[in-house]
Amino acid sequence: MDSKLKFLLRLGDDSMILGQRLSELCGHGPILEEDIAMTNIALDLIGQATNIYTYAATLSAEFKDADELAFLRFEHQYYNAVLLEQPNGNFADTLVRQFFFDAFRVPLFQHMMQSNDETIAAIAEKSLKETRYHLKHSSEWVIRLGDGTELSRERAQFAVFDLWRYTQELFFMDEVERELVDTGIIPNVADLRETWLKTVESVMQTATLQIPENQGFFGAGRLGRHSEHMGYILAQMQYMQRAYPGMQW
Amino acid sequence: MKSNEWPLWEVFIRSKQGLNHKHVGSLRAPDAEMALQNARDVYTRRSEGISIWVVQSSMIVASDPTEADALFEPADSKVYRHPTFYDLPDGIEHM
Repeated sequence: MDSKLKFLLRLGDDSMILGQRLSELCGHGPILEEDIAMTNIALDLIGQATNIYTYAATLSAEFKDADELAFLRFEHQYYNAVLLEQPNGNFADTLVRQFFFDAFRVPLFQHMMQSNDETIAAIAEKSLKETRYHLKHSSEWVIRLGDGTELSRERAQFAVFDLWRYTQELFFMDEVERELVDTGIIPNVADLRETWLKTVESVMQTATLQIPENQGFFGAGRLGRHSEHMGYILAQMQYMQRAYPGMQW
Repeated sequence: MKSNEWPLWEVFIRSKQGLNHKHVGSLRAPDAEMALQNARDVYTRRSEGISIWVVQSSMIVASDPTEADALFEPADSKVYRHPTFYDLPDGIEHM
């Protein structure tokens, strides 16, 4: 597969799968205000995925548009990081997952705006504004949950310990990324970890939460190997298009 | 008895430059920063605004409805206070 296409799928699948995950909270948020906030973020992410897939489809021989990429690929053809398919869990799980991701996406889009591929630069610029707000939202919540009540602190700390092992994968790079870095299309993703860690450490400190010392498990979602949750997400997401091929509404 | 509910906040949105902030509704939030964020999410999703104010509802001092007669009726008989006796030239908007 063409490197640019592969990278776009890795990028777009992160947005798509987290967007799908968050949309499960529509009507189930802990409070009305947060329900709307989560759904807003889900829509932003699905919007990003649409933009990225639309561009990716122009490079794909197999899939002709964004809908086909979203609804007609199998699990092993999805390249999102395993972090993003993790269940919503409790509110702290949802927010810590979101925070780890947002803290990665902001510097990623900032650097991607300098891409010599105009479409990628434009997608990054549009996505950055949204993502800045997502990061503000998720970090404010992590701070309040961590430095909150005994129960909220316990849950937030558990979520950090639980999800930390999936964060290393966000900085995954193989020959796909390396080729695109060399040609000036994307930033060096691995280098972003330093910025990410700075953001995470600063928020964790304010939240009085501890960061695990190990870097942990390295997921293989970027290679199409997913956790047990992924199949269920796709089953729900793709059901209509699988049951009624070509259906539109 | 201590309530576990978050405080109520009143939300004011300025829809565009030069216009006043207008009351649009209320919401619950644990503190001022979250109230602003919630207001952004709940009340500006359809590009309604360019600026938000939030005020804790308990900080608002309201007039007593039972005093409405004393407060407002005296103005009813004073039509000359309305600038309705002028002819407006064509082309003046927002009056």
